[in-house]
Amino acid sequence: MARIRIRNEWLELHQFTTRIIIVAVIGLLLLLAVATRLFYLQIINHSHYVTLAEGNRLRTEPVTPPRGLIYDRNGVLLAENQPSYELDIVPEQVPDLQATIAALSKIVDIRPQDVKQFYDLLKTKKPFQPLPLRTTLSDTEVARFAVDRQDFPGVDIRATLARYYPLGQITAHVVGYTGIISPGELANLDPAEYTNTSQVGKIGIEGSYESLLHGSMGTRQVETDAQGRVVRVVSYTPPVPGSNLYLSIDVRLQVAAEKALADYNGAVVAINPRNGEVLALVSTPTFDPNQFIGGISPNDFAKLNTSPSQPLFNRALRGQYPPGSTIKPFLALAALNYGVVNPFKDLLCPGYFYLPSNPNPYRDWKRGGHGEIDLPNAITQSCDVYFYTVALKLGIDRIHEYLTTQLGFGEPTGIDLMGERDGVVPSPEWKRKILHAPWYLGDLVIVGIGQGYLLVTPLQLADGVAAISMHGERFVPHLLHAIGNPLSGVISDTTPRTLPAVQESDPNAWKIVVQAMKNVVATWQGTAHSIGVGAQYSIAGKTGTAQVYRKRLGIFGEQDESDIPWQLRDNAVFIAFAPVDNPRIAVAVVAEHGGGGASTAAPIARKVMDAYLLRQAGGKVAVP
Amino acid sequence: MTFSDFAFSPAHGDLTFGERLLHRLNLDGPLLLAVVILAFMGLAILYGASNEDAGMIYRQAIRLGLSFVVLLAVAQISPQFLRLWSPWLFALGLILLLFTLHSGHIGRGAQRWLGFGFVRFQPSEIMKIAVPMMVAWYLHEKPLPPNWKQLLPLATMIFIPVLLVAIEPDLGTALLILSAGAFSVFLAGLRWRVILLLVVALAIVTPILWHFMHAYQRERVLIFLNPQRDPLGAGYHIIQSQIAIGSGGMFGKGWLHGSQSQLDFLPESSTDFIYAVLGEQFGFIGALVVLALYGFIIARSLIIALRAQDTYSRLLGGALSMALFTYVFINSGMVSGILPVVGVPLPLVSYGGSSLVTLMAGFGVLMSIHSHRKLLAT
Repeated sequence: MARIRIRNEWLELHQFTTRIIIVAVIGLLLLLAVATRLFYLQIINHSHYVTLAEGNRLRTEPVTPPRGLIYDRNGVLLAENQPSYELDIVPEQVPDLQATIAALSKIVDIRPQDVKQFYDLLKTKKPFQPLPLRTTLSDTEVARFAVDRQDFPGVDIRATLARYYPLGQITAHVVGYTGIISPGELANLDPAEYTNTSQVGKIGIEGSYESLLHGSMGTRQVETDAQGRVVRVVSYTPPVPGSNLYLSIDVRLQVAAEKALADYNGAVVAINPRNGEVLALVSTPTFDPNQFIGGISPNDFAKLNTSPSQPLFNRALRGQYPPGSTIKPFLALAALNYGVVNPFKDLLCPGYFYLPSNPNPYRDWKRGGHGEIDLPNAITQSCDVYFYTVALKLGIDRIHEYLTTQLGFGEPTGIDLMGERDGVVPSPEWKRKILHAPWYLGDLVIVGIGQGYLLVTPLQLADGVAAISMHGERFVPHLLHAIGNPLSGVISDTTPRTLPAVQESDPNAWKIVVQAMKNVVATWQGTAHSIGVGAQYSIAGKTGTAQVYRKRLGIFGEQDESDIPWQLRDNAVFIAFAPVDNPRIAVAVVAEHGGGGASTAAPIARKVMDAYLLRQAGGKVAVP
Repeated sequence: MTFSDFAFSPAHGDLTFGERLLHRLNLDGPLLLAVVILAFMGLAILYGASNEDAGMIYRQAIRLGLSFVVLLAVAQISPQFLRLWSPWLFALGLILLLFTLHSGHIGRGAQRWLGFGFVRFQPSEIMKIAVPMMVAWYLHEKPLPPNWKQLLPLATMIFIPVLLVAIEPDLGTALLILSAGAFSVFLAGLRWRVILLLVVALAIVTPILWHFMHAYQRERVLIFLNPQRDPLGAGYHIIQSQIAIGSGGMFGKGWLHGSQSQLDFLPESSTDFIYAVLGEQFGFIGALVVLALYGFIIARSLIIALRAQDTYSRLLGGALSMALFTYVFINSGMVSGILPVVGVPLPLVSYGGSSLVTLMAGFGVLMSIHSHRKLLAT
C-alpha cells in the first residue's frame, strides 16, 4: 500500500530554511577561500609576483615597413628614405612629463610646435605607446642624449627612416610629401598598420598611392629590461616593404619646363598622347617638400601659405583659367560635328560683331578685321568674329554637351593625383544654380573666344590637345608608369586606360583642324609663326590670350598691355603637339599675366618640345 | 496596481518618495542598489582592462541599459504567471538548443550562436533560467522532499539541456545550468542518502566523462593541475593572471596603471580574466570589496527566497541566487588559480551581452518574487 504523503507547510518551510542556511554557509566558506587565495597572492607573495611582473620581458612590437621609393621614368630617384633618429617618449614611464620635456630641451632643440604636436598626439594615443617628441635629430643631438640617457626613464632614441626628396622643389607638385599623421587622418587609417609609424603621405603621389607606398607591418618579439628598453630580439616576422613607384615624369623635361617658365607664375603640362602618360607637370612657383618632413615650423608654413604667389597651390591641377583663343580648335570640332558651318565658306570679319538688340559691338583682336575668312584660316589667324558666329550657331547646349562629354572639360580628368579641380563649362542651368541669374546671348558669344564663364585647368587643356593630336583617341592622364616589387625586383608597367573616342561626324574635321593648327606655327599669317623658325619637327599649336577677370570688369581692351599693372595683364596660354603626323608630345602652357599667348607662352612650349624631341637617344640624365 | 498592493505595508503613510517608487516598480531597494553599484564599477574596471577603449565602454553601457530594461520588465510579471509559463519556456529553450546544434553559427570553434536577423544569441542562456523554473514548476504541487519516483523526471529535465550545451561544446554554461538545476533540487530537500549516492555515482562516471571530453577541455584540467606544463601556451592564462593579481598588492597599481593588463600580457583581459585586472589595478582591497558586493547580492537574493510564500518561488529564487554564486565562485576561483580555466564570465563586469541579459532577467525574477508577496492572514 502506497504511503500517502501529506503536505506539511511548516515542515517544508523549516526544511527549506535549513537548506538555504547550508548553501549560504558553504557559499560563504568558498568565497572566503577565494579571499584567502587573494591574500596569499597579493599580500604574502606580493614581492614574488612584482618580480615576475617586472621580469615579464617578452613583448611583441610592430615593425614599420620601409616606404616605397619613387623614381621618374628613367630611374632618377625622386623620393628616398634616409636613416633618421626620433626622440620617443612613453608617457606612462615618465614621472613628470613637463619637467622631462623641459630637461630634454636643454640637450636637444625642441621647438614649441614639437611640444604642441606631442600633446595633440597624447590625446589619442594607446597606453604605453611611444610618441615622437622630435624627429630628424642631428648626430650631435643623438650623442648628447645618449650620454644622459639614464636620467630619462621612458625616453628613448629610435632609429627610423625619414623621407628625403633629392630634387626638392622640382618635383614637389608631383611627388608631394609625407608628414606626421594628424588625429583626423588617423581615424581613416587602419590602426594596425600605423601603430608604429608617425608619417603618412599627405599630397601628390605620396598621398594618392599611400597604400602602395606604405607596405604592411611586420612584428618582432623582443626581450626588454625593467624600463621597457629592448635588450634582445627573440623572433622576427619581416614587414612587407612598400612598392617602388616609377612615374611617367621625365625629370629632364620637368627641369626644362620649369626653366622655360622662368619667372612667370603658371603651369606646364606635357602628355604623351599615345597613352595619357604625363611627361611633365610643372607649377610655379614651387616649394621645398623637405621642409615638411618632421613637421614644418608654423613660421615657415605661414610664409608659404600667405605668399601672394601661392607656392603651395598646384596650378597645373587646381588653377582654373579662361582658355582664351585656345578653345577655338575645340569649338571648330564641335561646329563640324554638328554641321553648323561649311568650313570652306568665307565669312566677312569687319573687326566687330553685333548682336541684334545690343548696340555695343564685340570686337575682334585685330582692328579692321580679317576680311573674308574661312574656318581653317579663322583658327590660324585666331579670328574672333568667326568664332562669335560659331558660338551663336552652336548654341550653349551643344557647346556644353560637346566640351564636357566629348573633350572632358568641366570635369576632373581622373589623373592619379588628389585635389584636381573641375573647371567650368557654363550652361543656363549652371548659371541659374550658381549665380542665380538668367542666361544671356552675350554670355554665349564670348564663350566662342574662350572668355566669360568658361574656365579650364592646364591639365584639361593638355588632355584636350592630346586628343586632337590623336584625331579623337583619348586616354586618362596618369603619372604612374610602373610598379616595382622591392622583394622580387620585378617591375610591372601599368596599362593605359582608354576613354571612348571623341565623336566627330565630319570625316575631314580632324585633318582640317590639325592642318589649321599646323599653319598657326608654319605660315606667316599664323599667330605663333615666330616659334616655327628653325624647328626640326612639325608643330601644331594654338595661341590664347585670356583676359584676367578683374580687367574684363573694367576697361574693355582699349588699353595697351604695357600700360596695365602687372597683376592685371592678360594670361598667356598656348597648346601644342608635335610632330604633327606622328605625335609624341602634347603640351599646355599657362603663364599668368604673361601678356600674349604668342609672345610668351608659345616660346615656352617650343623649349619644352625641343627638350623632349631633340634629346639624343641614350643621353645622360643630367639633374641639377 | 490595486489598492491591495499598498495594503500590505502597514506604515504606508510613512514611506518616502523613493520607497514608494521602488514599490510601484516592484523592485527591491537593497538588491537594486548593489546591482547598480556593481555595474558602474564594472564599467570603470572594463575601461582599464580594454586599454581605454571608449567605444567598448559605450557598447557595454548600452547592453547594461537594455538588460536593465529586461530586469524592469520581468519584475512586473507575477511568479504565478512565470510558473504557468515555465514548461513552455523550457520547451522553447530545448527546441532552440536542438536547432542551434543543427544549424547555428560557429564562433571560436563552438556552435553556440543562433542568428535572428541582426540579433544573435545563445539559446543555452535561456536554459540558465528555464531549467530551475522547470524543476520548481515540477515540484510546486508535490509534497517535499521529492521521493525516489520523482528523481528520474528531475534528472531528465536537468541533464538533457546540460548535455545539449556540453556538446556544443560550452562547458562553462553547461556547468552553470547543472548547478542551477542541482541547487533547486537540493533546496527542495533531497535526502542526504540520495545526495551521497549521487556523489558516489559521479566518482564512478568521472573517468568515463573524461573519455568523452574534448582534447582542449582535458588539457585545461591538466594544466590547472600543473600550469608550468605549458607556460607559453594554455598555462599562460593562469600564470599571467596570477602575476597580475599578485603584483597588485594591497592597494593595487592604480586605475589604468596595470602593466600586466595594459601591456597586453594578460589575455582575455576584458572578458573572462577581468577579475585579474581588478586585482592588479585596485589590489587586495579592491578585489575584496567587489567580492563582498557579490556576497551581499547573493545574501539578499537568498533572503528574498526565504521570504517567498510558495514552493515555486522559493526553489526558483534560491536556485537563481546560488547560480549567481556559482558564476562568481567559478570565475574568481579560475582567475586566482584555485579552479581550472572554464569559460565563465564575471557577472555584470565582463564585456559581453548575451549572459548579461539572462543575469538581469534573473534579478528581475527575484524582484518579482520579492514584490508580489501577499499579505498573510494572521
